[in-house]
Amino acid sequence: MTWLSIIIAGILTYFTRMTMIALVSRDMLGDRIKAVLAYVPSAVFPAIIFPAIFINDYGTFIEMNDPKIFGATVAIVVGYFSRNVIATILSGLISYWIILFF
Amino acid sequence: MLSKKQLFTRGMSDVAPHMLSVIPFGIICGAIGIELGFNPYLVYGMSIIIFGGASQIVFLQLLSGGASALIAVTSVGVINTRHLLYGAILSEYLEKLSFIKKLLISYLVVDQGFAESNKFFKKNKTEQYLHYHLIGTGSTLWVCWQISTLAGIILGSFVPEELGLKFAIPLTFIAIVVQDLKKIDHVIVMFACGISSLLFFDAPFKSYIIISPIIALFVAAFILRFKK
Repeated sequence: MTWLSIIIAGILTYFTRMTMIALVSRDMLGDRIKAVLAYVPSAVFPAIIFPAIFINDYGTFIEMNDPKIFGATVAIVVGYFSRNVIATILSGLISYWIILFF
Repeated sequence: MLSKKQLFTRGMSDVAPHMLSVIPFGIICGAIGIELGFNPYLVYGMSIIIFGGASQIVFLQLLSGGASALIAVTSVGVINTRHLLYGAILSEYLEKLSFIKKLLISYLVVDQGFAESNKFFKKNKTEQYLHYHLIGTGSTLWVCWQISTLAGIILGSFVPEELGLKFAIPLTFIAIVVQDLKKIDHVIVMFACGISSLLFFDAPFKSYIIISPIIALFVAAFILRFKK
């Protein structure tokens, strides 16, 4: 039973990936829609970033002094100036650990 | 013109830094499945059949919490609807591929791979074999995801929970969008999405993950109209 639901979930997920690539041709999307779609990374990824920082494992808001806020701030500053993914992730993690453990 | 192999390796190296967060997340994902009492084959099977980190964890947590299979499956579908948006952008670059190739390459479309390949595509529109970059990012993520979830299943959570490595996930996505903070329109769209995601966090089936991008895209459409 669980296997069956995993397979259905897998098919659903595959369809979300495949539909627009394989079944929609470029002419079906007008220029205005394409211009809006250019914002997709900025419109999607904050929905992963914000809850992961501001909401804890129990589904409630974190305190303002939570180390995750400091870590994220450092990562944004380092990422902005370094343009380097590794530096962004490591600086965020390390500054988070410094507040967490000291 | 870059060769297929050059584009493939470029894709691999462009996405490689994100393994800093993908690998710990995979280990956590595998370990959680076992901790919740699921059959190891089942936990691993999800990494091949679904191949979507956050949705795999949500699926297992819902089932172990007593939710019906229907709710668990629906949630996976809802969480993954964001791929429709990735596909809408990628379709423009992949339109020359045969239908079969489109079907195959679709399996490899994941967040970080889409983000890095999309950045590359925007700068290199004229390359003939662009899709090899996407195959490079996607297959790198696929291999690392398989190995890391398997490691989590076999070894359990050998990453101490106190380290809070889950925090690497938002950091990886910060790294993806941080350069767009230079553009005020993108900043507005990001905040529209982020604030909506907090407001709608408790919406059923984890639907905040698609509700907030839709709100943000409406904001983007409004900005575009205003710009003219």
